Amino acid sequence: MTEFLLGAAGFVLLTVAIGLIRVLGGPGNVDRTMAVQLLGTGGIAALLLVAAATGVRGAEDVALGLALLAAFASVAFVNSAAPEDDREAGRANE
Amino acid sequence: MNTAIDIFTVVAICAGAAFFMAGSVGLLRFPDSLTRLHALTKADNLGLGLIVLGLLPQADSLLGGLKLVAVWLLVQLASATVAQLIAQALRHRGRGT
Amino acid sequence: MSVIQALDISLAVLVLAVAIWTIVSRDAFAAVVGYVAYGLLVSLVWVRLFAVDVALTEAAIGSGVTGVLLISAAVRLRGTEAAVAAEWPGAGSRVLAAALCMVVTAALAAVVLTMPDPGATLAPEAARHLAETELGNPVTAVLMAFRALDTLLEKVVLFLAVIGVWSLAADGNWGGIAGPRRATNRQGALAFLAQLLPPVGIVVAIHIVWIGANEPGGAFQGGAILAAMWMIVIMARLAEAPAIGERRLRLALVAGPAVFLAVGLMGFAVANAFLAYPAGLAKPLIVFVEVFMTLSIAVSLPMLVLGPPDRPSS
Repeated sequence: MTEFLLGAAGFVLLTVAIGLIRVLGGPGNVDRTMAVQLLGTGGIAALLLVAAATGVRGAEDVALGLALLAAFASVAFVNSAAPEDDREAGRANE
Repeated sequence: MNTAIDIFTVVAICAGAAFFMAGSVGLLRFPDSLTRLHALTKADNLGLGLIVLGLLPQADSLLGGLKLVAVWLLVQLASATVAQLIAQALRHRGRGT
Repeated sequence: MSVIQALDISLAVLVLAVAIWTIVSRDAFAAVVGYVAYGLLVSLVWVRLFAVDVALTEAAIGSGVTGVLLISAAVRLRGTEAAVAAEWPGAGSRVLAAALCMVVTAALAAVVLTMPDPGATLAPEAARHLAETELGNPVTAVLMAFRALDTLLEKVVLFLAVIGVWSLAADGNWGGIAGPRRATNRQGALAFLAQLLPPVGIVVAIHIVWIGANEPGGAFQGGAILAAMWMIVIMARLAEAPAIGERRLRLALVAGPAVFLAVGLMGFAVANAFLAYPAGLAKPLIVFVEVFMTLSIAVSLPMLVLGPPDRPSS
């Protein structure tokens, strides 16, 4: 079982990371943000799998911390990509 | 009994890993940002969800299991919000503003 | 080669690949995204090295506060980026830079390769005296008891950094407010996230500070999570940052270093040394200090991210 969990962790991590490295070059910042979001989720999955396999104490808390902050990079990106007045105008329209 | 649980874990984790692969492939191959966003959210929801489901029977305590579920719920919340925000940003740009 | 070795090697290769990509990238935003990804991978590496305390710090700081700080910086610098990219250094300075880099790399490699094996370590010493601190987590024991002076000075440095950032404010804005304004209309996905996440985050942060005495965790990690929760409320424009002249804010900023210093000075009277804890009271005192440190860290980090005040307080 341990070997399987570790193998699955490696598989998930490598798939999302290869996606990330490919997308980092472009086409746009939105795609880069999405790739790092996917790496975040994949990293959490890999961490949970490794924690279950090796029984490191406290690893679930690291996953909990990462999950809490999973949205931060994307929120910062979307927030700073739109200029202030633009956002206000968009809100008023809705 | 143990074997049955282990088989459940293996099947669920394999399915979860498949969703992660699908998400990555979608991110690389889909033609525009909105469809790529669609691929991304599936990996977030189902990929991590199935892996957490598979790990639940292997958790050594009730608190450990609850933490796993909490991690999944938090990622759900983050991913749903981020999908909305990114789609909004894309739509904004599409309007030519 | 076993599965775990294969996992470790691929993780190491991945970290190196993302690091090289981040350095090579000429686009500031792409480099920042690469760096955030790098931080996430590094926290996995720390878990594999069984350094969960460090992994927790990296996760809390890297994906929260520094991610937001760097992304905002990259976006703010976008206007100047084209001019910077157009400048290409001459052959002479490039050769000089390459030579300097090679010298530094060679020096680092030489130091790493000539390290004694096994290296000099105080770990057995720390483990032997762990019981005297009544703590279960050796990392907290080192931070709060054996090397308490370093930790105290770190907190003072954080405080000085906040003063440094504030000192960049224009005269008219002194005592004013930094960061986005509060929005009148509280709608949308971000406002929803910013209302739902902080209660959960506060519980997790308290949990991490509390178990820090016996398991991986502690004041810095918990404080960084609290800071991130405050940041998201500000980013969603649900609340404005307080004016930097506000007394409560300033008290919260100095609470950690001040309480730590007071407990340290008390050590002269009750345990015959600065920062010494009386026998039997070590753990309660350490937890007491950590609570105030958590508060100060949770307040300092958002102040650093928000930058100097850009408008006077109304």
